[in-house]
Amino acid sequence: MKALVTIAGLALAAALIAALLQLPPAAVQLPAQVAANMAQSGVEHPVTAVLLNFRGYDTLLEVAVLLLALLTLLTLSGGAAPAPDGGADALLRGVARLALPLIVLTAGYLLWAGAHRPGGAFQAGAVLAAGAVLLQLAGLLPAWVGPQRLLRLGLVLGFLVFLGVAATLLGGGALLRYPPERAGGLILLIEAGLTLSLGLILAGLFLFVTGRRS
Amino acid sequence: MSLAFDLLLVPALLWSAWRCLATPDLTRAVVLFIVFGLLMALAWARLAAPDIALAEAAIGAGLTGALLLDALGALRQRRGERQEGA
Repeated sequence: MKALVTIAGLALAAALIAALLQLPPAAVQLPAQVAANMAQSGVEHPVTAVLLNFRGYDTLLEVAVLLLALLTLLTLSGGAAPAPDGGADALLRGVARLALPLIVLTAGYLLWAGAHRPGGAFQAGAVLAAGAVLLQLAGLLPAWVGPQRLLRLGLVLGFLVFLGVAATLLGGGALLRYPPERAGGLILLIEAGLTLSLGLILAGLFLFVTGRRS
Repeated sequence: MSLAFDLLLVPALLWSAWRCLATPDLTRAVVLFIVFGLLMALAWARLAAPDIALAEAAIGAGLTGALLLDALGALRQRRGERQEGA
């Protein structure tokens, strides 16, 4: 039985590789189109230009999906008392204290670097979230049980800023078509909001789970 | 030099992925998953996609790994409680 499954798996892999090798070259040259429009995107890094300008709509919905995932997590059973402190040792606490300023600095750098080199809101948010998780593991930050008003505002801020910019630009005839001369500033504003909110959402996916464990 | 690195990276990726799925020990599977995520980040960097490499290292290996380790701890705690009650 095991040999049969292995042979079937290998055959499927071979068929997939053969099919992949027979694919014709892509009909649309997307990199060339992106390069041709970089001047009006407001940023210098092609990935950021695609994520927040040319395909900003996709990113808006991605953030909405992440927010929805966190809201779904919050509706799950829970509300139990926070798990007892794991009694993290002094070394871990010390390292977490030392690392946190560097983590915040790195997140800020990634956010700023997104305009002209690899980086951006998602990476910066992930680094912020990692900092929060580290603090929680070190016992310096209690797990979250229910979102307070300030936390709720932080969680939705990035999405609201993005949506607000999109709605304001709707007057120009299209969703998220930035005027080229202000595109850079608008993208930075959206990314700053997204960094904070994505950091809180990703951290929430960890901290709410730990806070709700019975 | 970089070719030798790639030739080491590809088997290491496949091996860690296979061991992660095949090992019966949950703790080892989680650690192998984190190793796989970090190797995958290296692979993305080698493929000249540093944006994806950053996201993979932070979310794929870091946050998901922390969540899996936490789930593992919760499972073990619950199992311990059940054994005490029995």
